[in-house]
Amino acid sequence: MLDVALIPGLPLAGFVILALVGSRLPRRAVAIIGVGSVGLSAAWALLFGAALIASHDVHQSQTLWTWMALPHFEAAIGLSLDRLSLVMVWVVTGVGFLTHLYSIAFMADDEDYARFFAYMNLFVGSMLVLVLADDLLLLYLGWEGVGLCSYLLIAFWYRDPKNVRAAVKAFLVTRIGDAAMAVGLFLLAAYTGTLRIDDLMLRLPHTFPAGAPVVVAAAALLLAGAVGKSAQLPLQVWLPDAMAGPTPVSALIHAATMVTAGVYLIARMQLVFNMAPAVMAVVAWIGLATLLLAGLSALAQRDLKRILAYSTISQLGYMFLALGVGAWTAAIFHLVTHAFFKALLFLCAGVVIKSLHDEHDIAAMGGLRRHMPLVFGAFTVGAASLAGLPLVTAGFYSKDAILQAAWASGPHAAWLWAVALVGALVTSVYAFRALFVVFLGETRREPARVSSLAMSVPLVVLAALALLAGFVQTPSQLGGISVFGGFVGPAVGGQVGQGGGGPGWLLLVASGASLLGLLIAWVLYVRRPATFARLADAPAWVALRQFALEGFGFDRLYDTMIVQPFVYLTRANVGDFVDWLYVCLAEVARLLHGLMSRAQTGRVRWYAAGIALGALLMLGLVVLR
Amino acid sequence: MQQVPLEHALLVAAILFGIGLTGLLARRNLLFTLMSIEILLSAAGLAFVAAASRWGQADGQVMFIFILVMAGAEVSVGLALVLQIHHALKTLDSDAIRQLRG
Repeated sequence: MLDVALIPGLPLAGFVILALVGSRLPRRAVAIIGVGSVGLSAAWALLFGAALIASHDVHQSQTLWTWMALPHFEAAIGLSLDRLSLVMVWVVTGVGFLTHLYSIAFMADDEDYARFFAYMNLFVGSMLVLVLADDLLLLYLGWEGVGLCSYLLIAFWYRDPKNVRAAVKAFLVTRIGDAAMAVGLFLLAAYTGTLRIDDLMLRLPHTFPAGAPVVVAAAALLLAGAVGKSAQLPLQVWLPDAMAGPTPVSALIHAATMVTAGVYLIARMQLVFNMAPAVMAVVAWIGLATLLLAGLSALAQRDLKRILAYSTISQLGYMFLALGVGAWTAAIFHLVTHAFFKALLFLCAGVVIKSLHDEHDIAAMGGLRRHMPLVFGAFTVGAASLAGLPLVTAGFYSKDAILQAAWASGPHAAWLWAVALVGALVTSVYAFRALFVVFLGETRREPARVSSLAMSVPLVVLAALALLAGFVQTPSQLGGISVFGGFVGPAVGGQVGQGGGGPGWLLLVASGASLLGLLIAWVLYVRRPATFARLADAPAWVALRQFALEGFGFDRLYDTMIVQPFVYLTRANVGDFVDWLYVCLAEVARLLHGLMSRAQTGRVRWYAAGIALGALLMLGLVVLR
Repeated sequence: MQQVPLEHALLVAAILFGIGLTGLLARRNLLFTLMSIEILLSAAGLAFVAAASRWGQADGQVMFIFILVMAGAEVSVGLALVLQIHHALKTLDSDAIRQLRG
């Protein structure tokens, strides 16, 4: 029997084995179990998916068992595979497998080898539960599972307090969104009596008219959950700090898969969002603001991984923009291509950072082109795809689909498009800045040799995908291929919003923005770095750069608004006034005890007198009553 | 045979009880404490016997035999304890033995 449950089951089984006996197994066995479980899952997903497509019935539901059955509410552990989740499964298992393979070499010297692979397997399993869940409650379980793994893996090197702080920050900030999402689920469950996604989609339109307050509230709460998980404004502050984890973790969790869960959630719950147009508009504007601000922040960063982190936030902003204008397919398309090129960039960054002995500052890098040509080539492909270099890269096609959709959307369409275009220019500048500063110029530090087959293979495969994955969906002027849209479209429905919605010059302008960004980066960082450095030292510019470096002061804002008052309150309450009541009780008891123990003199005659007196008292009571 | 009035018997019992109690509270030697307890028990026994004679029922006598048995047991345990205490602490002054004070 073809079995959906095998897809998340294999990585979860790998986790169980590694968690129980991993520390006693030899490293080779740990690697085989850790990578093999995800690899098998990927292969199975590929075969299973292909078989489903061949049979033209890409909708498999499987109820494993009943989770809870209440009089008016029932939740089942059920998996459901449709076209949307199949795409997600392929991305998660595919990129997951490549990242695991890379980790064999990357984590080779780490003492906690088994723990790393156990967490990674648990992550892949949870993520697969999330995308395959038939029921929003199960989806929430996966959602929390990936959050937990994110926390565990950010703090993987827990001996450094900085990493633990970053992990706690990530956990708490996403918790805000998760709490809102839980309330949203309660709302939906309370008003429709089910959290099964299919039933919900059937019942909701009959229960409420479009724009009903309950639906708007539910959509807004779900959006809050998505915003937290996908690091959008105003909850984006955790992602740059999350780079404290090992680089494969950043590649898999904080770039390719977990952070896209918010996008998946909105695409999955699109009916709810369609019924709340106001929230849809908010989604678009949040995405727009995020993509621009995060892009500008990325321009100012000096830490290679933080550049990529801000870039991830910015690209997720593009996906939110696409979701907000109803271009579901474009959002998922960008999710897929982004997963490939951003995982590629992170894995390249991992090699660079490792070879320079944990150096993150791009100012200390340079000239690495000659020392690691393969990584240089891979990073070039990744950066080009991120920048959306026209015609040859996957990023170009997916970003263009979003720009076209923004152009074709309702009111304010021109604004959405224009800001997204500026964002594309900024993206191109920072992508090529990283490439040029790290790989061109003169060698500032001699790198050590770290490359191995396990590291090179994922880079090559991902580079190929970052180039070729775009050709499944091209605008009408460039062939109008619509394999991706044709495949995912029926699952996500709504407007396809691509395949040539806008006029042809949109394509030219988008290409121009990308090439202009390349040119600017070339002039600033390769042709005339000295002139630029002089310009950059102007006081106003330095202040602005510092502001962007700190992510536009969000951290400081939250620090003064939330963290400091909280710390102040805890200081004020260091004596714990609630505890006073209990302290008083204890004191009274102690006082009474002192009094009573005074009577226990240890003298037999004293006790005898007590007994006699007591007997006399009793007798007196009986007689005089 | 002239019956002793109940009041007299009870009066004697009360006096005996008072003597016993006074001895119990006043004497510090443990041997005298034990003897005082014997007097207290005898007072109670006398009251039982007198009451039984007054009502013409045997229950009082039965109670007295119980008290005798109990007193015998009490004295044997008490004397054993006194011996042990003397052995361990070299004193029988009950005020000096205060190791159990709280």
